[in-house]
Amino acid sequence: MELSLVIEKFILVAVIFGISLVTAMYSTYAERKVAAFLQDRIGPNRAGPFGIFQPMADGAKMFMKEEIIPTQSSGLLFIVGPSLAILTACIGSAVIPWGQQLTIGSRVIDLQVTDINVGILYIFGVVSLGVYGIMIGGWASNNKYSLLGAIRAASQNISYEIAMGLSIIALLMLTGTLSLKEIAQQQHGFWANGWFTWNVFRQPLGFLIFIICAFAETNRSPFDLPECETELVGGYHTEYSSMKLGFYLFAEYINMFISSAVMATLYFGGYNFPFMHHLGLSENLVTILGVVALFAKIIFFIFFFMWVRWTIPRFRYDQLMDLGWKVLIPLAIANIVLTGIFATVFK
Amino acid sequence: MESLTNKKKVLEAKPLNFWERAYLPAILSGLSITMKHFFRKPVTIKYPEVKREFSENYRGLHSLKRDENGKERCTACGLCALSCPAEAITMIAAERQPGEENLYREEKYAAVYEINMLRCIFCGLCEEACPKEAIYLDGDIVPTDFLRKDFIYGKDKLVEAPLNQ
Repeated sequence: MELSLVIEKFILVAVIFGISLVTAMYSTYAERKVAAFLQDRIGPNRAGPFGIFQPMADGAKMFMKEEIIPTQSSGLLFIVGPSLAILTACIGSAVIPWGQQLTIGSRVIDLQVTDINVGILYIFGVVSLGVYGIMIGGWASNNKYSLLGAIRAASQNISYEIAMGLSIIALLMLTGTLSLKEIAQQQHGFWANGWFTWNVFRQPLGFLIFIICAFAETNRSPFDLPECETELVGGYHTEYSSMKLGFYLFAEYINMFISSAVMATLYFGGYNFPFMHHLGLSENLVTILGVVALFAKIIFFIFFFMWVRWTIPRFRYDQLMDLGWKVLIPLAIANIVLTGIFATVFK
Repeated sequence: MESLTNKKKVLEAKPLNFWERAYLPAILSGLSITMKHFFRKPVTIKYPEVKREFSENYRGLHSLKRDENGKERCTACGLCALSCPAEAITMIAAERQPGEENLYREEKYAAVYEINMLRCIFCGLCEEACPKEAIYLDGDIVPTDFLRKDFIYGKDKLVEAPLNQ
C-alpha cells in the first residue's frame, strides 16, 4: 500500500471521527433546545450566544466530577463497559459513504473510509456489539437496577434486530448488493425510469419497520426502557459517575448519528439530491453539495429522533415485546413476500 | 344506588378500531401537536434580566415606612411580632431622647427591629396588625444569600430611605 493512500485514509478517519464526536456533542445541545421549543420554553441560553458553548461546559463538568467506583463492582468490567459502548458507537461510521469522489489534482479521493462488500452486515455486527457495553456495565455495577436495565437492553436489542434484519432483506432483494456504496449509487438523482430512485419509495413498509427498530436499537424513547428513570433509577448506568457516565450518554448520541446516517444512506438516497447532474456544476462541487445533502438528511433524522422522544411516552415492557415479536416480525416477513412478488412481476 | 348529585356519567369502554390499534395515526397527530408548539412563542421569562410584573397586592420584602416629615412611623408596640404566625419578627424598644424628634414620630421607637426572612411566610398579618401604618410588604423578592445569619434583616435593610436624599 502506498504511503499517500495511508495518509489519505488517516485524514479521512480523523475527519469523520471528529465530525461524529462534534455532531454527538451538539446533539446533546440540540436535544435540550428541541425539548425546550416543543414545550414552549427557551432551553440553555447562558453559555455563549444562544447557549452554544453548553456542550463544552457539560463536557468539562463531566470530566471534573468525582469518579465513584462501587467497592462491590467488578473492577475491570466496570471500566470495560463504557469503553466498549463508546468504541462500538464510533466504529460504525467506517463503511458509510459520505459522498462521491473528490478530485484533487490527479488524485481521486473516495469519501468513504472503506467500501467492504458486506457493509450492512458490518453495521449490524457493530450495533450488536454495542449492547455488550451496556450489558457488561450493568452486570459489573452489582446493582439490581443496573442489571435489570442491562437485561432489558439485551432482550430489546435482540428482539428488534430480527425485525430490522428482515426489513433489510427486503431492501437487499431490490438492490442485490450489501455494499453501502453501491446502494447509494443505485439511488442516483431523484427520478429515473418513471419512478423515484430513493429506496424509501420502493420500500415504504420496510423503511417504517427499519426506523421503528432503529429507535429500539439506539434505546431512544419510546423504547428507552433500559434507562427508564421512573422504574430503574437510571437503568444500566445507575452506578456510573463522571466521564464514564458521560461516555454512556455520549455513545447513545453517536449511535443516533450513525443510525441516522444509515437510514439516510439506505432509504433516502445517501448523498444524492434531486437534479444533481442536471445543474451543470463541476464534479467536485456536486460531491460537496452531496455531502451537505447527506448531512441535511442526517440532521433531519436526528431531529426526528428528538421530536418523537418529546412527543410520545414510553412503552410498557410487555407491549414492547408484543410490538417486536407479534407485529414487526410478521410485517417484515410479509414485506419480504410482497417485495418478492413485486420484483418478479414488474421486472 | 341512586346517584345523589346526578353528575355521574357512565362511560362506555369501546373496543379500539383498527386505526386506533395501529398506533401510528395517533403518533402522527401527537407529532403535529408538538410541532405546533415548536413554533409557538416561549412563555419563559428570562429572570435576572426580565422580571415578571407583580400584581398590585403582591407581598414581597418588608419596608418600615416614614411619615411625610421623614420620621420613622414605628413605635415598637410589638403588635406585628405578636401577630406573626411564623415568629419571624423581633424588636427592642427604646425611648426617644430630646433632640431626636426629627427621627422618630412618637416617644417610643424600635432600636432594633429584625425580621428573619427564612422564617417569614409573607402572609401580611404584620401589615394588617400595625396600627401606625409603619410596615408594608411592598418590596421585591428576598434575594439569595449564602449564610443563614445574612437572612436576618435589621433596620439597615428594612427602613425606607430618608426623604431628603
